[in-house]
Amino acid sequence: MTRPTTSRSDVAEPLDPAEEPLADDAAARPARWRRALPILLATGIFLVLWQVVSWSGWKPEYLLPGPTVVLGELARLASEPSFWVALGRTLTRAVVGFALAVAIGTAIGLATARSRLLRSAIGSLVTGLQTMPSVVWFPLAILLMGLGEQAIMFVVVLGAAPSVANGVLTGVDQVPPAYHRLGDVLGARGWTLYRHIIIPAALPSYVAGLSQGWAFAWRSLMAGELLVVIPGAIALGNRLSFAQEFGDAAGLMAYMIVILVVGMLADTAFSAAARRLRERRGLATPAERRA
Amino acid sequence: MSAAAPTAARGGLRLRGVSKSFGRGDSQVTALGDLDLDVAPGEFVAVVGGSGCGKSTMLTLAAGLETPTTGSIDAGGKVALMFQESTLLPWLTAAGNVELALQLRGVPTAERGALARQLLGRVRLGRHVDKRPHEMSGGMRQRVALARVLAQDAAVVLMDEPLGALDAMTRDQMHDLIEEVWLDAGFSVVFVTHNVREAVRLADRTILMGARPGRIIHEQRIQVPRPRAMESAPCVALAADLTQRLREEVARHDEADYFEI
Repeated sequence: MTRPTTSRSDVAEPLDPAEEPLADDAAARPARWRRALPILLATGIFLVLWQVVSWSGWKPEYLLPGPTVVLGELARLASEPSFWVALGRTLTRAVVGFALAVAIGTAIGLATARSRLLRSAIGSLVTGLQTMPSVVWFPLAILLMGLGEQAIMFVVVLGAAPSVANGVLTGVDQVPPAYHRLGDVLGARGWTLYRHIIIPAALPSYVAGLSQGWAFAWRSLMAGELLVVIPGAIALGNRLSFAQEFGDAAGLMAYMIVILVVGMLADTAFSAAARRLRERRGLATPAERRA
Repeated sequence: MSAAAPTAARGGLRLRGVSKSFGRGDSQVTALGDLDLDVAPGEFVAVVGGSGCGKSTMLTLAAGLETPTTGSIDAGGKVALMFQESTLLPWLTAAGNVELALQLRGVPTAERGALARQLLGRVRLGRHVDKRPHEMSGGMRQRVALARVLAQDAAVVLMDEPLGALDAMTRDQMHDLIEEVWLDAGFSVVFVTHNVREAVRLADRTILMGARPGRIIHEQRIQVPRPRAMESAPCVALAADLTQRLREEVARHDEADYFEI
């Protein structure tokens, strides 16, 4: 009785020639400033155009001030505590509303993905809600809950939750059949299958849903703060409408810049998370790898 | 008589009158018709046949992923299945993929890490435990898949063209590795392949399947002693014979019909 063909040593490695992997790593990446340069350039061009339009006299300067005036106003506002109170309140609302939307959207998404009955009942409703501008909910929300925090939260959650639920649903639907078969072979069923295979596989789509949900939450919140003014509660949105009422163009634009920057920061965070996720799975596109 | 047999043979598989049909009425297709197959504990059986002869369907049934239309299937223990694509989970490292199989088998957390490393060592990936699937070559990925099969501690291992996507060089090395692991673990293997020489290289017995409906048309015990070399005279002769039979079987069907199923 002869025994095995190959000599055995557990760490005597190379079995195949293509062993050394194809990773491109940090070294290959362009320096950070090179990535930032086009952005800075575009911002610069925009500021110059803005200044030119302002100087052209198309509108009087008190209605359309140039960037230096607006940025000066922004700096002045930032030195006032009330600015930070407003920003803090708005961010708190955004974070709390978004967190609620994530919890509700995820639960609805998972339930809908798992139950055929629920899916046929509300699957298309979830998608339908997503296409509905959330501002449309405000009159009803104000009618039901009055001019208060609750009305704002209600609309923020309604604006964001469908996107989150849809992200879960799409992610689960797009899990390759091979993973389901693998789950069968490994003996993973029911919740175990979801926990170890389906949910991790659906994660990139979920993050896309979160990112879209955040965008909707932020828009709904701004609409809410413009429409629902709660006495004594200063927030970015109603600062904006006050500035309009007082004809304070520079202040108005300064707040717009703040709102834009918050949105961009959040978007950058979500994109970075999505990119990391894809990179870890070897799914990053060449463009992403270069970025 | 083939010299090498697994140390502690286990497993075994018995198919009796197994058939599988898809669709209904006029469009019904019988992928597999009335198949009997016995695989002894520790035996290595290779199944060859043209496209559409039902060999993959047979494995799917034996793995319990689908139920047969008629007949019975009995496996002498747990069944594991290895696919052509490694289907490693891309968000887990090599070790993570193996550990998941251990976890689903009920191995306690404390033991998983060391055991996964040990299994990856057995397939010569001891230095690559932390690599992710996309950082590995096709051959390495199939070795992780093999370690994952070992982690399942199955008594019957079904392999559906596991080396189909690999180059010839890597294939040869995988033959040695699969044989070594099989001799060591002692499970039964049903190995489906397109490659006749590969079947002769690895198997105790080759089975040729024909199409419409899928059935066994020829069996051959391979009595060349191990270790075998694919290019050795007895292997080449057996492979030539099997190729001839496979050709005749394929020629029996009009090609268009043949690939339809």
